[in-house]
Amino acid sequence: MTVRDPVSIAGKTLAVAEQTELLVIGAGPAGLAAALEATRLGLKVVLVDENPVPAEEMGEDIPHLFGGRMSGAVRNRAAMTDAFIASDPAIAAAFDAGVDLRLGTLCWGVFANGPAVGWLPGPVAGLADAERSWMIGATQVIVCAGRRDMGLAFPGWELPGVMGMVAAEHLARRYGALDVRDAVVLGSTPEALDGARRLRDAGVRIAAMLELAPAPVDPAAIDCGIELLCGHVVRRVEGVDGVQRLIVAPREAPSREREIPCDTVILGVGTVPVIELLDAAGCGVAFAPERGGHVPVLDAGQRTTLSHLLAAGDCVGVWPAKSREAEIARAEGRCAARSAAVALGRAVSDVAPADDLPLPLREGAGGRGSSRGRIETPHGGTPPPAPLPQGEGENGRDLAAYRLDWVRATVIEAAGAPYVCRCEEVTAHDILEVRPPRYLGSQTDQRNRRDLVSLLGEGAPNPDLVKRLTRAGMGVCQGRRCREQVACLLALGAGVDLAAVPLATHRAPARPLPLRLAAQPESPEMAAHWDTWFGMESQYAPFWDAPRHHVAAERPVRGKAVPE
Amino acid sequence: MNAPTGASVVIVGGGATGLSAGWWLARAGVDVVALDKGIVGWEASGRNGGGCSHHFSPLFREEQLLWPQMDALLGYPTEFQPNRIRIAFDAAQLALYAGAKRNAERQGFATDLLGPREVRELVPLAGDDAIGGYFYRFGGHANPHRTVQAYAWAMQDHGGQVLQHTAVEGFARTGNRVTAVRTGRGTIGCDHVVLAAGPQTGRLARLLEVDVPMVAARAEMIVTEPLPLMPIGGVDGNGLYGRQTLRGNLAYGGGPHEWLDEPAAARPSTPLMGNIAGRLARLFPRAAHARVIRSWAGIIENTPDGRPVIERLTSPENVVVATLSSIGFGLSPATGHAIRDLVVDGACGFADLSSFRLDRFARLEKDWVEIQGWRGSVSRKATGLDEG
Repeated sequence: MTVRDPVSIAGKTLAVAEQTELLVIGAGPAGLAAALEATRLGLKVVLVDENPVPAEEMGEDIPHLFGGRMSGAVRNRAAMTDAFIASDPAIAAAFDAGVDLRLGTLCWGVFANGPAVGWLPGPVAGLADAERSWMIGATQVIVCAGRRDMGLAFPGWELPGVMGMVAAEHLARRYGALDVRDAVVLGSTPEALDGARRLRDAGVRIAAMLELAPAPVDPAAIDCGIELLCGHVVRRVEGVDGVQRLIVAPREAPSREREIPCDTVILGVGTVPVIELLDAAGCGVAFAPERGGHVPVLDAGQRTTLSHLLAAGDCVGVWPAKSREAEIARAEGRCAARSAAVALGRAVSDVAPADDLPLPLREGAGGRGSSRGRIETPHGGTPPPAPLPQGEGENGRDLAAYRLDWVRATVIEAAGAPYVCRCEEVTAHDILEVRPPRYLGSQTDQRNRRDLVSLLGEGAPNPDLVKRLTRAGMGVCQGRRCREQVACLLALGAGVDLAAVPLATHRAPARPLPLRLAAQPESPEMAAHWDTWFGMESQYAPFWDAPRHHVAAERPVRGKAVPE
Repeated sequence: MNAPTGASVVIVGGGATGLSAGWWLARAGVDVVALDKGIVGWEASGRNGGGCSHHFSPLFREEQLLWPQMDALLGYPTEFQPNRIRIAFDAAQLALYAGAKRNAERQGFATDLLGPREVRELVPLAGDDAIGGYFYRFGGHANPHRTVQAYAWAMQDHGGQVLQHTAVEGFARTGNRVTAVRTGRGTIGCDHVVLAAGPQTGRLARLLEVDVPMVAARAEMIVTEPLPLMPIGGVDGNGLYGRQTLRGNLAYGGGPHEWLDEPAAARPSTPLMGNIAGRLARLFPRAAHARVIRSWAGIIENTPDGRPVIERLTSPENVVVATLSSIGFGLSPATGHAIRDLVVDGACGFADLSSFRLDRFARLEKDWVEIQGWRGSVSRKATGLDEG
């Protein structure tokens, strides 16, 4: 007979509220296409999307860098829901097709058994709405979490009116709730240029596009009808209660400042795949500049290195053609749905037909057999995703250099000392000098002056170490505003490639979750053995009572008493 | 930086125990190098409640003596804050917690019994259902991450070396002594070895034909967004351990651990996060709105009786083994001192470590893991990883 430590997790049951065959996270083009395709293949599908996000959270830049530029419409939740549904005809199609689509429902974690976990009944995901959170069992999970903006610190960037391009387009296109009159766009990437054009079409005046480099990244920016300021650097934004003007200067002559009146500055320097759930779940992740940053390692069927987890859409990579043509994301979603159907034992005659996935991922990035994901070998043991076909990702080739340059010129050489991590009030120099946080009151203590090299003495600095010591990225925005900037700072400070800087770990919950909402029911057997530690009598018995020998069969067994 | 070819003392393990020992040895003028297979403080030292109140340990007095001085001694902030409060929700809990009071009083440390009103005054986030508690006029809490890094830096300040990403592959022996440590970055000759590798200590000791019985386990914690500071940050109860950090975050752990047959990587955490959140919302009803922003898991080791092993071996006679059996962080200032004594003097000069001796397991059954029910539940088949 097997004896089971009653205090351990063995034999405890997780409260799983519902079960589905396939859970799809994110109702953008990829997620909707995946859910529709899976439904067509006869799968039981639940599709969740966090939109509409509560107005208070939008005010905290969750999940996008909204910069407070939402109109009053975001306070009307019902109207926001209607607007979201109306923004994409595929949503109505999904409802019509019988997809169990739940809006206002976020996923805060995907969990499964693995090398260090064995107590779960199978793959499960944590969901939450405004009222409660619960666990859903799902045999297969497709993450379609989309894209977000890279933050960029400069003096005044905490003012209302500094926002991201993804956030601006999200407000304009999904909700019609963008409250911007005159904007300056920073960066000249294809995503920035296309976004600027669409915002202009939506009635926003684009006062200028600003590019640090001597020429725009996307040459089409030259004749787009928007004033283009190349070779210029951001000095600061000024305003009362919000942005009123942007101060810029030629990079070579920083004192020749010029003032551009505007109410909004839109960051278009970096568009980043959203991999929080994927990385926290422990699948293989690799840095792929031509895909916009760190992305999951996938095979040709959109499968990650974990057998229950797939991914599609912008969260597996952002590149210009994909930004322009949603059909690429949809094709990825359908491909993932078919892979999930196969995993669920369905006969799928047309698994990933070649003509349905015209771009990338065709060649099979890193075979599943060759990769164990980050569980065994964090950040190093996974092959990079497949290179993009010729002509794609041209702009991505220099992505690392481009982002490093912006961070060097804007953040490090900033005239003031803007907080890179706004939640925890950490400046670039705090990070580069690994200074303890201000609340300790020891900022000026010379003994605390260390540098990145003294952290490791060699190699690339580990952002997890740096964040523990400086607190950069440890705040309530969960690093969404500062993560890429911190990585750039570490690369610049240590003189290493951006690709060499490990990815700071993501942790569940993927969104801040109130304690009372996060609370899960406790089974009686779990409640009965909830101990502050391992529940061993001998561990806490004072040393003067310690017996000479420990014999397992004669060990003191816990009675009713709960040791400390 | 190249790995050195030799050092007087090589410490295997860059956690709180190993680095404290490295700091104590370096400040005593000993040529010492500490190795870690990854980065410092990554396993158990990075996942604990930060408590410094171990009244049952022979190292308790030294722990209490040292903590209030640690910032000054190390030259770097540890965020140590004195005192601790424990809240009870029923009479049974209150009676149970009296054990700590008895242990501490016997060693000269006072504890106050608190009524429900005093609990609410001292713990503004507590609710109305606490029936009372204890105020420990000793102990406290510190920031584990910051303290581990402080040990490493202070050790370097005294001439010690810390080598990260340096895994130990074996040992060279001559007679009854270890003469060198073989690592992935070359062989390091040595006069003494300290094994303080947490869950890896058992495996490493076996390379020296020494049996240090232990099983690894996974345990979890959560952190909330910052809240206004309570007068005392170290508040336990309701089956949880943890603290309010000086930044204001609530960092708490608890709940059933998971035994592991192999000390695998710590990630990921599990939905146990939700159970810890529920418990924390009951412990602090006035913080129920606070948002959880992170959860994580750590791998920690336990010996069969849950007590540490800190001993200088007789064979090989120049090796000190130190496992704190899952309660290592708070005791680490004292543990490092004890290890320094064992290495330099051959015996601990300030505490009776006889309860930490390895030979208490001389009569331990071969199948003790099964008898105690500590077999892990992870099966390779159920890992969710593809068999490639």
